[in-house]
Amino acid sequence: MYVAVKGGEAAIDNAHRLLAEIRRGDPAVPDLTVAQIREQMRLLVDRVMTEGSLYDPDLAALALKQARGDVVEAVFLVRAYRTTLPRFGATEALDTGAMTLARRISATFKDLPGGQVLGPTFDYTHRLVDFALADGAVPEPAAEAEPEADAAACPRVTDLLGQAGLLEPSPPDDGAPVGDLTREPVDYPADRAVRLQGLARGDEGFILALGYSTQRGYGRTHPFVGEIRVGSVELDFTPEELGFPVSLGTVDMTECQMINQFHGHGAVPPQFTRGYGLVFGQGERKAMAMALVDRSLRAAELGEAVVVPAQDQEFVLAHCDSLQATGFVEHMKLPHYVDFQAELDLVRRLRAEHAARTAEPDEPTLREAAE
Amino acid sequence: MPSASQTPREPGMPDPTARRHAMERAGQASPAELLAALAQAGITPEAEDLRPAETGLVMVRGRIGGDGRPFNAGEATVTRAAVRLPGGETGFAYHLGRDRDRARLAAILDAHWQRPEARPALDAALAAIAARRAEAARQAARKVAATRVNFFTLARGED
Repeated sequence: MYVAVKGGEAAIDNAHRLLAEIRRGDPAVPDLTVAQIREQMRLLVDRVMTEGSLYDPDLAALALKQARGDVVEAVFLVRAYRTTLPRFGATEALDTGAMTLARRISATFKDLPGGQVLGPTFDYTHRLVDFALADGAVPEPAAEAEPEADAAACPRVTDLLGQAGLLEPSPPDDGAPVGDLTREPVDYPADRAVRLQGLARGDEGFILALGYSTQRGYGRTHPFVGEIRVGSVELDFTPEELGFPVSLGTVDMTECQMINQFHGHGAVPPQFTRGYGLVFGQGERKAMAMALVDRSLRAAELGEAVVVPAQDQEFVLAHCDSLQATGFVEHMKLPHYVDFQAELDLVRRLRAEHAARTAEPDEPTLREAAE
Repeated sequence: MPSASQTPREPGMPDPTARRHAMERAGQASPAELLAALAQAGITPEAEDLRPAETGLVMVRGRIGGDGRPFNAGEATVTRAAVRLPGGETGFAYHLGRDRDRARLAAILDAHWQRPEARPALDAALAAIAARRAEAARQAARKVAATRVNFFTLARGED
């Protein structure tokens, strides 16, 4: 039960003024610019774009500044901003096969057309804190090499394996309407497209833990990383008034193709199954975890028993959104004085009844906590 | 809103592919580059707004498995502008991001590009911008190429 209570306006105003001052930090330290966050905290910006479900690096960087670096608060700001904007439509489906690659690796095929390209990665670093960075060390220029002839066309690994029939094909585009969980509430069972939309914007920590749980035995899927690719993809959009597609520009994306153990039934010979991950920016951990959970959530479709959390779509989709989760958890700090008063009355009555039953002397009456 | 087919077309009006190409190049240009391109063609960046520049969203579609059924991967901010010249040519721009000035300048450029007398100068300016972009992309590709793994097999004892 909620009852309007007046008071506290001045305290709230002053709390926000204090927040603004504390956000700024020591005035002797230069103010952080949005461009600095965008350029030098890029993976954080990418995470806010992915979980905020809105590609706009400058906006995500500004949200991070306003949120004092709190990811979920920044996601909240980005999601709130998007509700103020009209939607012009949907893009043509992007083609990750035509991505301008910054990185592309496969853990399943050593020699593949286009090669293994490491790009900017933390992999193989020694994870030793680099104190030279604290002194503003200028990095040596990146090495350069002439791209090899096959670098221009890098087919997805799944396309290569798929040709031999060893890998299940992607579900074909049947032209059916694409479900959108920002427009219609999710109906369970949700189709794979809606599940992927939910996973893409889901909290990285939650999706990571679920993916990890499948590896530890809570619904094993025997995954291999078929391919991870990071790079920029062109977005095309067809405005009604033009009638032909125009390029909106390019977005940075990370794609993960997970290849999982065989499956076959009746007329279908044994073949590898697949999980898919796609996120904004460079977000390999999230894309990999998303692909693991995508595959787990296909349990029912592939005739597997649904027994663990990572296979339960309602459990996963209803809890993966950090904004929904934080909204319900954090609302508990708002005043519940009247609720709690009712609970206090109830527990007192129950205690009185208990005391009467056991014929023991009642304890002295406490002052009401909410008084 | 007039459709493309209603846009006045003089004889020699190029096919939409060429216009699309010019719009794509203009979309990669900074506001300063767009202003310079218009100035180079002797054009003052003025036009009537068919629709004031506005920022909105597009839903970005991915495909399941990279090549399968589409799904909604998340949204992106897009800014669009639509202008009309005194001669009736209409210009449009749709760009990622929230830069209204840039979208309006690109729409003005698109409108003037449809005038055959302005097209060669604008194409030349856009080509120069595209060449700068291509050089930056080539440089980035060279840095990525240097991180390509070259596997080699160690000789084994039994060989």
